[in-house]
Amino acid sequence: MSDVRISPRRPPPQSVRTDRPPAVRVDLGAAPPPAEGARPRERVFELRDVTVRYGGAPAVEGITFDILRNHITALIGPSGCGKSTLLRCLNRMNDLIPGATVEGSVLYRGSDLYAADVDAVEVRKRIGMVFQKPNPFPKSIYDNVAFGPRVLGERSDLDDIVEGSLRRAALWDEVKDRLKAPAYGLSGGQQQRLCIARAVAIKPDVILMDEPCSALDPISTMRIEELMEELKKDFSIVIVTHNMQQAARAADMTAFLTVDVSGDDHRTGRLVEYDDSSVIFTTPHDQRTESYITGRYG
Amino acid sequence: MSSGALEGLRRRRSLATAAKERAFSGAMLGSLLVAAVALVALLVQVVVAGSPRLNGDLLQRFPSSVPTRAGARSAIFGTIWVIGTVAATCIPVGVAAAVYLEEYAAKERWYNRLIEVNIQNLAAVPSIVYGILGLAFLVRGPLGLGQTVLAGALTLSLLVLPIVIIASREAIRAVPSSIRLASLALGATRWQTIRRQVLPAAVPGIATGTILALSRAIGEAAPLLLLGALTFITFVPEGLRSPFTVLPIQIFNWISRPQDEFRVLAAAAIVVLLVILLAMNALAIWLRNRYQRRW
Amino acid sequence: MPIGTALEGQESPAGAPPVLRGRRRWGEEAIRLVLFACALLSMATTLAIVVSLLEPTLSFFGEVDLVEFLSGTIWSPLFAEPRFGVLPLVTATVLVTGIALSVSIPLGLLTAVFLSEYSPRRLRAVLKPGLELLAGVPTVVYGFFALTFVTPLLQHLWLFGDPPGVFNAASAGIVMGIMIVPTVASLSEDAMGAVPQALRDGAYALGSSRLQVSTKVVVPAALSGIVAAIVLGVSRAVGETMIVLIAAGGTPKLSFDPADAMQTMTAFIAAAGIGDQPTGSIGYKTIFAVGSALFAATFVVNLVSIRLVRRFREVYE
Repeated sequence: MSDVRISPRRPPPQSVRTDRPPAVRVDLGAAPPPAEGARPRERVFELRDVTVRYGGAPAVEGITFDILRNHITALIGPSGCGKSTLLRCLNRMNDLIPGATVEGSVLYRGSDLYAADVDAVEVRKRIGMVFQKPNPFPKSIYDNVAFGPRVLGERSDLDDIVEGSLRRAALWDEVKDRLKAPAYGLSGGQQQRLCIARAVAIKPDVILMDEPCSALDPISTMRIEELMEELKKDFSIVIVTHNMQQAARAADMTAFLTVDVSGDDHRTGRLVEYDDSSVIFTTPHDQRTESYITGRYG
Repeated sequence: MSSGALEGLRRRRSLATAAKERAFSGAMLGSLLVAAVALVALLVQVVVAGSPRLNGDLLQRFPSSVPTRAGARSAIFGTIWVIGTVAATCIPVGVAAAVYLEEYAAKERWYNRLIEVNIQNLAAVPSIVYGILGLAFLVRGPLGLGQTVLAGALTLSLLVLPIVIIASREAIRAVPSSIRLASLALGATRWQTIRRQVLPAAVPGIATGTILALSRAIGEAAPLLLLGALTFITFVPEGLRSPFTVLPIQIFNWISRPQDEFRVLAAAAIVVLLVILLAMNALAIWLRNRYQRRW
Repeated sequence: MPIGTALEGQESPAGAPPVLRGRRRWGEEAIRLVLFACALLSMATTLAIVVSLLEPTLSFFGEVDLVEFLSGTIWSPLFAEPRFGVLPLVTATVLVTGIALSVSIPLGLLTAVFLSEYSPRRLRAVLKPGLELLAGVPTVVYGFFALTFVTPLLQHLWLFGDPPGVFNAASAGIVMGIMIVPTVASLSEDAMGAVPQALRDGAYALGSSRLQVSTKVVVPAALSGIVAAIVLGVSRAVGETMIVLIAAGGTPKLSFDPADAMQTMTAFIAAAGIGDQPTGSIGYKTIFAVGSALFAATFVVNLVSIRLVRRFREVYE
């Protein structure tokens, strides 16, 4: 059932020739053995042949990879390759776009996210999202953070929850004296950290971030990257970014998508390569990945 | 450069063109003047004519066939009763309809578009036709409410409902979708999002629209003529099932009498009506300026 | 549901699957239905208007000849020997509307041109609310104004023919015109404002004066919106009751002389309604018959206006 009207973003033209199958490292069996001393590699999402269509034409097609728990996973690629579309699959925000259909399977901790009896509202309580442009509510800072817990029925510990969330978002010291001030009075970077605090307040399992720093200045960007490093101890983070340096700096795993233009001008995103960031950015397996990260195109 | 070329740049308009321009400017300012003068003349005339009877008697006394003993008490209280009932019925239904049309209705479906066109049409139906509707369905006919406050209020509610719906829709539409997305992404349901985020943000616009609708309802006389408000009412309404009259009807009543003294009463009552309307519109403007958010 | 339970079943990935199944949200469905019902009320209103008009009208034409109704020139339905020719009412409506338009179109358009093309921003900020004020005056007050101010004025200034009596169409028409000026001006100004600045700039660059740009470029470009505004004004004039009831009188008379007293369709309906006709009597039914004619007329006019507005919006969006 479609409610909020959002027009799907139309990707600008990109012509990429696909003459090789994607070089994706995915274990369809047991999780890969961790490197010495590294964190355990549990899977929190398993995507198998995921295709998303907006009214017929596929925006992304045949996406297959795993997202690991307590890792920061970055989705990178040129404009229009469907990174945000893919991200929205993970918390069923695509349901809100009229005409959007999702094929393939998305398993969240082993359960089908798109099963018939799954309630999208429940999904979003576990898989939170931070948007590209900070979108605090037209309320006080306190009420912004407290909104999620209140919706869940929490009444008594709101003060503690709000403080805890603001601390985790590295915003507490800046706003602790003006919790009742309107959120719109904060700067862009502060608003985005407020949105992160808001998402954290309901104690989700996963936090999705859709280009969270693209509207911010470099210093705010750096603070949020530091934040993400802290947050990944308790949450799994998936971030869409068009900033390769950010992915190289901050992400543990990186997925590179590219865009194919078919004969009748349909632009479809496809997964090219998915690996540790250190591999992607130093010795990528696929020629297209290398072209992208060295700036030959995109 | 020869001076001949520069000559052409000097403003050399023919007398005819200049006269045309002046005439047009005159016509425009004349129109403004006529409208302004009409408004001022109306106000001044009404105040001057009514001032002898602008006193407490107007509020204290009931209508009478003897002008010196007449007042508008029944009409003033009748107006309060009727408008209060209109507000109680019209605002919830109008806002609910607006919420449905903006938040739930799939715009492509034929029945939803039909509803939208219908509301536009209803906004332009003559007010007296609503009186006919009230007469046939509410006063007589199926509901058989008789010539009561409730019948009058329901009729006026139907009349101003399109105004409430249209204004509320605009206010709801103005709330950015990013707010809805943020709320939904936190695991709120659609109704929770509407109730806790969208409606509170839309309240200033809804309030302004509501006040405009009620202003329209206060000044309406034609539909109520058909509902029996023009009878000789010498009491304050005792409830929703009570006969009634309202200020515009009382004014009309007094205008229709031959004696000059009744003209004075009519003018005085008009002043009261205009003051009420002015207060309401000032409130709406103040609300809009104070609380309207620029998204 | 306290936050702790949000994490139920998510402890070990190898253990129980996360609880994603929600109970069917019945509350949400119920709310949706209630809201839909409120939106449906508007349909119910239209239906009710049509139904309430239809039955008595059909019954009326069971007793009265349709041809006589549409072409007869005498309207005296409540006399001992009733005559049911509706033309006097129609011509009265047309005449008053015509007078109103002859006042409101020039005043409204000139005001609109001024607001849109000439006036400085600060003046506009004062004038627009002033127009709204004019639109907010109750019609009964306009009626009073027509009867007590405009009619004596006309009686003094009348130039040709017999001066008007206490009740006359001219006074009602003029005041109705003033009442409609805000409608015409406001919508026309919106239409003119929607004309792209590029069109004006092109004309100015060719050396046109502001008068020429306004009248030869902007007004033609905004024409469908202006026509829509005028049509809406017509609709309001046709449907207006109190002004004509008070100032034009209650005597049906087939005449095109503005100085005459006459009764419009709306005034008749009001007068008959005041008279508290017994349900089912012929007098009662005439209310609905004339009401049907009125509703049909304004319905057609409104359809035209809505279509025009849609067309004008399409041109620039």
